Amino acid sequence: MKDAVNILIVGVGGQGVLLASEVLSETAMKHGQDVKKSEVHGMSQRGGVVSSHVRIAETVYSPLIQEGTVDYLMAFEISEGLRALDWLKSGGILISSMTRMVPPITTIGDFEYPKDPAGKIREVLPGAKILDADKIASDLGNIRLVNTILLGVLSKSMDIPEETWLEVIKKRVPKKFIDANLEAFKKGREYSFEPVAVGE
Amino acid sequence: MKMLLSGNEAVARGAWEAGVEIATAYPGTPSTEILETIAMLVKEDIYAEWSPNEKVAFEVAIGGSMAGARSLVCMKHVGLNVAADPFMTYAYTGVKGGFVVVSADDPSMHSSQNEQDNRFYAKFAIIPMVEPSDSQETKDMLIQAYEISEKFDTPVLYRLVTRISHSKGVVNMGDREEHTPEGFERDIPKYVMVPGHARLRRKVVLDRLEKLKEFAEETPLNRWEKGSKEIGIITSGISYVYAKEVMPDASYLKLGFSYPLPEKKIREFAESVDRLFIIEELEPFLEEQIKAMGIQCEGKEHFTNYGELSPGEVMNGFVHAGILSEGVEKTYQTEKLFPRPPVLCPGCPHRGIFSALKKMKVPVTGDIGCYTLAALKPMEVMDSCICMGASIGNAVGMAKAGTEKKGVVAAIGDSTFLHSGITGVLDAVYNKANVVVLILDNRITAMTGGQHHPGTGVTLMGEETFQVDFVELCKTLGVKDIHTVDAYDLDASKKVLKSALEYDGPSVVITSRPCALMPNKIKETAYTVLLDECNGCKLCFRIGCPAIYASEEKTEKGHNKAIIDPETCTGCTICAQVCPKDCIVRVDSPAVEGART
Ligand SMILES: Cc1ncc(C[n+]2csc(CCOP(=O)(O)OP(=O)(O)O)c2C)c(N)n1
Ligand code: SF4
Ligand code: SF4
Ligand code: SF4
Repeated sequence: MKDAVNILIVGVGGQGVLLASEVLSETAMKHGQDVKKSEVHGMSQRGGVVSSHVRIAETVYSPLIQEGTVDYLMAFEISEGLRALDWLKSGGILISSMTRMVPPITTIGDFEYPKDPAGKIREVLPGAKILDADKIASDLGNIRLVNTILLGVLSKSMDIPEETWLEVIKKRVPKKFIDANLEAFKKGREYSFEPVAVGE
Repeated sequence: MKMLLSGNEAVARGAWEAGVEIATAYPGTPSTEILETIAMLVKEDIYAEWSPNEKVAFEVAIGGSMAGARSLVCMKHVGLNVAADPFMTYAYTGVKGGFVVVSADDPSMHSSQNEQDNRFYAKFAIIPMVEPSDSQETKDMLIQAYEISEKFDTPVLYRLVTRISHSKGVVNMGDREEHTPEGFERDIPKYVMVPGHARLRRKVVLDRLEKLKEFAEETPLNRWEKGSKEIGIITSGISYVYAKEVMPDASYLKLGFSYPLPEKKIREFAESVDRLFIIEELEPFLEEQIKAMGIQCEGKEHFTNYGELSPGEVMNGFVHAGILSEGVEKTYQTEKLFPRPPVLCPGCPHRGIFSALKKMKVPVTGDIGCYTLAALKPMEVMDSCICMGASIGNAVGMAKAGTEKKGVVAAIGDSTFLHSGITGVLDAVYNKANVVVLILDNRITAMTGGQHHPGTGVTLMGEETFQVDFVELCKTLGVKDIHTVDAYDLDASKKVLKSALEYDGPSVVITSRPCALMPNKIKETAYTVLLDECNGCKLCFRIGCPAIYASEEKTEKGHNKAIIDPETCTGCTICAQVCPKDCIVRVDSPAVEGART
């Protein structure tokens, strides 16, 4: 596959993965690009994994990304970021929230939720952009803003004017949450990550 | 105007532009949003309804077409099995107003019980099939499908798959072209399929097939894209875009009109390339027909028939064929993590009744809906799930085998019961079967995202209407032993189930709590665990409520204690009822004061 920018967004049902991929896709369209996105609805709503593929280019054919060719992996839940890591291409960027969502299946002892998923990610990807988006969101007064904060982080690496993002957010989120979402987006966009020495 | 539309939204838009007047469906992933979009955006122009099942939906749309209205009926792949009876014979009578049946297949079974390839239905019924490859085509080709339907006097099978229905792409919009229905005209030999008439129509069908074959040769829906001479690819639907991504320079014969096939064109194409590949998801539908033409080609030996295709799968196929040297090398590996299966929501009414049912220790024949999750860990209280409505017949058969002395329970949701459970109860009554039919009446079609049905009292268009009374209905069917019970009350549920199992003859138990999520989100005062009293027995974990977590804190014996997330707990009380230590209490109860929670 050539030239397309591939973005994979992963999380857990209810975290706003689909809204984030809507905003991203529509922003890219507004910017004059061709976009395709794909996700599976259905069972995923009941606390299952939700993932959304977004592909942006002059002409996009496949709505599905090929494994191992993701440019930006955005995870709203840290162990889902770890789970999807093999989708990332060499040089791809991982943006993840520290959010932990421990499923009931681990409480009956059949499976274990990893102790330190962020550490595991950093072992192989020292430059991973991992942030405590839950904290930022609850400081803003709404824990459900994690998706918009991460979009803000992503927007920094993409070649689309900030204005276009803000316009689409205003259009897509419920009226009474517009201000909070714009604020959250800015917080994400301005977030500065500790520089990491590669190879450490 | 340009918009980002999913395939399902594009069908809705295409129907509107095509001047469709009647649209019907029974919900089913991945097709559900088509009718929801029509009802939400264009209900002034299109009459839209949820029918009780796909067969009725199909028949309503036939009626619309008989009156001359362009009609649309939509369903998931297995829905066409339910509607197969009218489908197969409507292929004989033909249409008046254009008629399109949308079949949204689900390769990989993202939310289905099988991955049947419904392209065979077109060949089976001898009707034309159209397969779009993205949202723009989905809108545009639907309009052409109506023209084909009217020109050739035939229903058209419009075949989508999950990755068409649920993928979004940029779509250029058009305007609506009205097709005002002319009204019904009596035509008995055309519409009354008694043997004498059907034999005549069968002839018409066979002649029509020949005309459609000619049309297939000319229609721009079948597109020859000249590329390299070395590799030629015949493909259709979603497979086309995966192939284009992997093999941008090959020659393509893209079949938008994929039944009947354009034999001459295929021959010509085959002769123009050195190696011919057929790329299609699931079964070798095209490949077998092309091979039957005596044309040499390669297909399923390289491209899997198991699950959906993807750019990666297509690439692997070309590696296997020796065309590409290698696939994409993955940079990162991930170890296997815990699974994250879907679970019943906090406060789900199915949780209580299934906890009670588990205690009965009897076989539970099951059905399809959110409650099917009760078959999985940690509850594991359902023993079968074949297709919608199967639970009741299955229970009758099991009871008649005479092996299950403690009784058999059939568990079925309200929407599923109205879809195809009523006849099962009739069977149980008529044939005096000793079964318990448990109707899980959560007043919504929850599994597919919360659609109304004849038991909710509201139509798809948002109008109030008659609401089926399950008790009265079952009485009329002849059931004598009928109970209703609060699904949140474990003791009452156990008592009722026990009594129904003891009753000699068919019983019905109807639960009464609504879905915790739809149409209204239920949120009562949360519950919490008194940590100092919890003994870590895990009984509350076993009801599988996602609001209950294992605490870091352990008992002396090393068992994790329980904690409850107050945000997601709806206060349904089920966990409190199963806790042997009575240490799960409402957050505002006096016991919480001063206690560690
Ligand atoms: C023939 C057919 N049509 C549609 C579906 C999709 N489907 C699965 S379950 C279901 C209905 C679920 O509603 P209900 O029985 O009320 O149970 P709930 O999910 O509300 O618990 C539907 C529409 C299907 N599997 N098969
Ligand atoms: S959507 Fe409703 S019926 Fe389905 S699991 Fe959630 S609460 Fe239960
Ligand atoms: S009361 Fe218990 S079972 Fe019900 S939602 Fe709250 S934690 Fe879950
Ligand atoms: S059921 Fe009660 S005692 Fe047992 S783990 Fe749960 S809260 Fe603790």
